[in-house]
Amino acid sequence: MAKDKLIDFVNISKSFGDNVVLDRLNLYIRENEFLTLLGPSGCGKTTMLRILGGFEAPDSGKIIFDGQDITSLPANQRALNTVFQKYALFTHMTIAENIAFGLKIKKKSKAYIDDKIKYALKLVNLDGFENRRADSLSGGQQQRIAIARAIVNEPKVLLLDEPLGALDLKLRQDMQYELIRLKNELGITFVYVTHDQEEALTMSDTIVVMNQGIIQQIGTPEDIYNEPKNAFVADFIGDSNLFEATMIRDELVSIDGTRFPCVDTGFGENMPVDVVIRPEDVVLVPPEEGIVKGIVTSLIFKGVHYEMDVAVGDREWLVHSTVMEPVGKEVGIQVIPFNIQIMKKSSSSDEEVMKKDE
Amino acid sequence: MSKKHLSIPYAVWMLIFVLIPLVLILFYGFTTRDGAFTMDNILSIAQPEHRKALWLSFLLSFISTAVCLLLSYPLAMILNKMSVNQNSFIVFIFILPMWMNFLLRTMAWQNILERNGILNRILEFFHLPALNLINTPYAIVLGMVYNFLPFMVLPIYNSLIRIDKDVINAAHDLGASNSYTFRKIIFPLTLPGVMSGILMVFIPAMTTFVISDLLGGGKILLIGNVIEQEFKQANNWNLGSGLSLVLMLFIVISMIVDAVCNKDEEERSLW
Amino acid sequence: MVKKSLERLYIILIFIFLYAPIAILMVLSFNQSKTRSKWGGFTLEWYRSLFANDSIMEAFYTTIILALLASIIATVLGTAASLGMNAMRKKPRSILMGITNIPMLNADIVTAIALMLLFIRFSSMGVMEFGFGTVLLAHITFCLPYVILCVMPKLSGLDQNVYEAALDLGASPVYAFFKVVLPDIFPGVLTGFLMAFTMSLDDFVITHFTKGAGVDTISTKVYTEVRKGIKPEMYALSTLLFVTVLILLFLVNRKTVKEQSGK
Repeated sequence: MAKDKLIDFVNISKSFGDNVVLDRLNLYIRENEFLTLLGPSGCGKTTMLRILGGFEAPDSGKIIFDGQDITSLPANQRALNTVFQKYALFTHMTIAENIAFGLKIKKKSKAYIDDKIKYALKLVNLDGFENRRADSLSGGQQQRIAIARAIVNEPKVLLLDEPLGALDLKLRQDMQYELIRLKNELGITFVYVTHDQEEALTMSDTIVVMNQGIIQQIGTPEDIYNEPKNAFVADFIGDSNLFEATMIRDELVSIDGTRFPCVDTGFGENMPVDVVIRPEDVVLVPPEEGIVKGIVTSLIFKGVHYEMDVAVGDREWLVHSTVMEPVGKEVGIQVIPFNIQIMKKSSSSDEEVMKKDE
Repeated sequence: MSKKHLSIPYAVWMLIFVLIPLVLILFYGFTTRDGAFTMDNILSIAQPEHRKALWLSFLLSFISTAVCLLLSYPLAMILNKMSVNQNSFIVFIFILPMWMNFLLRTMAWQNILERNGILNRILEFFHLPALNLINTPYAIVLGMVYNFLPFMVLPIYNSLIRIDKDVINAAHDLGASNSYTFRKIIFPLTLPGVMSGILMVFIPAMTTFVISDLLGGGKILLIGNVIEQEFKQANNWNLGSGLSLVLMLFIVISMIVDAVCNKDEEERSLW
Repeated sequence: MVKKSLERLYIILIFIFLYAPIAILMVLSFNQSKTRSKWGGFTLEWYRSLFANDSIMEAFYTTIILALLASIIATVLGTAASLGMNAMRKKPRSILMGITNIPMLNADIVTAIALMLLFIRFSSMGVMEFGFGTVLLAHITFCLPYVILCVMPKLSGLDQNVYEAALDLGASPVYAFFKVVLPDIFPGVLTGFLMAFTMSLDDFVITHFTKGAGVDTISTKVYTEVRKGIKPEMYALSTLLFVTVLILLFLVNRKTVKEQSGK
């Protein structure tokens, strides 16, 4: 079990001036995990990665790597490598020289280095690029070289700082699959930073949602999506209907005065809570069959589904459905109890949510 | 009218005032006073006093350039590390002395270097032996370093601040030590700046006649002094042009070296 | 810690090296003794007699007018040229940029004698005699590259769409230039102008070779005085000039800092 914990952040804090970026943060990363730090810009995710990489020192707390305290170990002695946001390729060197950089420092033999370069270029689908200059490549190609340059050193962990941020949509999607394939082939740990929730959901084994220097939720993509721990997570991941509601008693919640049966228990009686209902879980039925009635106010065709706004009193419900209802039509709204997610009110968000099942 | 035509007046100007004058030097350099073709003006560089002046110019400017480089690189690195938010402030501090007349500034060094000058009084205070620097080649080197140091510092500083911090982080990340990162990443990336600095110091130092005049006491002749005298005193334009052509050979060689090193950058950035 | 203070010390030493001669000249401007190597007590006399000294004041006016004219003409010509070059294809543009580099990289003395030879031709053809005009032409010539090298980077950093958007909204090219392009490249134009002005002001070599008899700038006047001894009024004049610039730049700097923090 101890071996399972590859990296352990213990009580890490970091401020820049008066700005607290990380606040007594605890997190561990398992071996072979694809872990994503997800959050809006300024949430501290990149700082966390840079502390792990050795480019920033935490103000307090320590980092344990493979059982060893590496808090004060300089970047060049850590057994992990980083893929930088803007690639940070060495523009005065060829691709081969870029990839060989770390290996030459480790004084590997020329044959070994040549082998590794070939292997790495093949791995990132850029065979034959050895003698090209770094600045003659496209963004996506530079990205692959940055990855190749990192992985030839056989790091135990690869850190990726929004590596796909600068690529266009199609390329970004291709690279997502590529990264998953790479991770599986290499069998190493990936720590990935992004603000793109779709990217996080697609690739990760574990997602760490962060906001304002504090971990909001840790879990599998399914957990995070289906059972957000608080309103921030629900709002940040995917589209959602977020309500401030009242828990009447176990398994019954009141949203805007209408009572909805649900499955959650243990929140007490008449307690204020946050409720999230995913738009695809809202079912439109004939008016008389619904729990509440509303009127369709907008309709957009999104390809896979229709996106509709339904006005219920002053409240707009967001609905995703494969069945179209025209604007102006009166409809009923139905939600099955299991799909109503009740969350504790996030009165102050400095309460840390611990890793699930711990 | 296309926008391109806006540069026509400039092109004409440069033709008349830059290209044609250079052709004129070429013409005078290869002719006698009567206009007949000759190689004598060029070959006169082989005369002992000309050869001596050329060699001394080369030597002194070489030393000055080396000193400037050794002083400037650490300076630029420290300035870069201080990360002053306004890098125009750095430029400003080095340009500012130019607002005091160049000749007067250079002459002020006489006050520092002469027998009873400030330097010797300081040395005396510390009971150190006096230095006799004024009117020696050392004083000329000092004058060159003083006048041209900003032209070395600024291009190096400029190339340093343009290095992406993550490139340096990447080198550390891949296991490079500080000194290895400097040798393999930082220095190569600043090479264009260094080359440009060398050029901006070496050429004016090699061709000066004012600094040697003011700090060499008129006894030490550099190639610049010889050419100046041919033009202003002997009125021998042909000989002066011939010697200038030899000088230009050095300039052209350094420009080619620079062009090779800077081939990636189409535009020279000032600093 | 030790390393940091060593770095500090190094910077301080370099700045002493750069500014010591300036301090000396300032001190000399208050020196009662006429020889520069002796301190004869404090006086303001040279500041008084400076304004009565016609030949120095004339050299001062010549220097300032020359620098102003040369830098203004060079700025207009150079900015227009940069706009033109920016619209050119790569090949002709790099040729023109190459020519621009010639006066920058060439030795002052070579530029100077080349221009002198040209002006000798001019004078023998009866076009113009050596005088203020020849110096002005020469100064414009070596100021031009500074302007272009300051403006070009701003232009290539400029989004071409901005200009096109202005045209699309009905602006004439001239109007679009003054309203949209110029404000964006103005910092470059201003820097170019200031560089040109500074270079012209500080020039000696090119003026020395291209001036006619009777025309003197501060530089050439100092040069002729070197042998017989510099008049103390010269120190006073340069001190005044230097301090004026210092104050001006300080004010401009404070204003921009304020504006930036105000945003």
